[in-house]
Amino acid sequence: MRIGVVTFPGSCDDRDARAAVASMGGDPVALWHGDGDLRGVDAVVLPGGFSYGDYLRCGAIARFSPVMGAVAGFARDGGPVLGICNGFQVLCEAGLLPGALLRNAGLRFVCREVEVTVESTASAWTSACPPGTSLTIPVKHGEGRYVHDDPAALAAAGQVVFRYAPGHNPNGSLADIAGVRNPAGNVVGLMPHPEHAVDPLLGPTGGRGLFESVLTARV
Amino acid sequence: MPRVAVDVMLKREILDPQGQAVERALPSLGFAGVSDVRIGKHVELTVSDGDGEQAARQVAEALLANPVIEEFSVRLLPD
Repeated sequence: MRIGVVTFPGSCDDRDARAAVASMGGDPVALWHGDGDLRGVDAVVLPGGFSYGDYLRCGAIARFSPVMGAVAGFARDGGPVLGICNGFQVLCEAGLLPGALLRNAGLRFVCREVEVTVESTASAWTSACPPGTSLTIPVKHGEGRYVHDDPAALAAAGQVVFRYAPGHNPNGSLADIAGVRNPAGNVVGLMPHPEHAVDPLLGPTGGRGLFESVLTARV
Repeated sequence: MPRVAVDVMLKREILDPQGQAVERALPSLGFAGVSDVRIGKHVELTVSDGDGEQAARQVAEALLANPVIEEFSVRLLPD
């Protein structure tokens, strides 16, 4: 299965995302922000980083890059799309995911491992995770405070995919929301970094389930 | 050519930790009685033709403000 990873100017986790895809048995494909097509990939990852310098708002400029037109079409057709950290911010700015991400409530950049609970397995990126599982995955961001005008309705619709475990909310996110999905479940975004948590040699492996989910679904 | 100002603010119901941090620093500088500090963005732009306010409003809707979290106001600046 070919999984494309988009590189924007200012992306910094694109290589780790491709390495994670490869280590999980997928075939990583490098995609460029200026490309208008997705080279026939089966899934797309928007990686972490600081696309276009995060000027104006995180993800606000990246959303207008040529590749995002292709990503939006791919997402509309049901293609699996995962936004990690800055990628999550881009998907929210693009309107492909609900809500928005703001400066951490504590105003500090946070870099640590957190525990997140899988709240919904009805998504392309969590279908192989047992529901309610707790995953240990690192976060590293300054603007990860998730806001939405009706988090209860979002949860009722099953669109809350990950929540920070009690005491683990690193940024003041509303209702401890760490990741959400679109109504169809093919588009998922989260602030923690699953691509940094796939190799037991380097620490926790809570990110493996996300890649397993998408890789097993389409094989 | 019209010069237009766009002010972008977080919606009232959205927590503004920057504003809170500034507010908390004020008493130690001797400023008493200042409250409800909110921080936003001020953007100025020149519009080459047509209705400057209308064009600036479209720019704000498309890019300068995110309607999920922010509100904006537009005003024509004096020449």
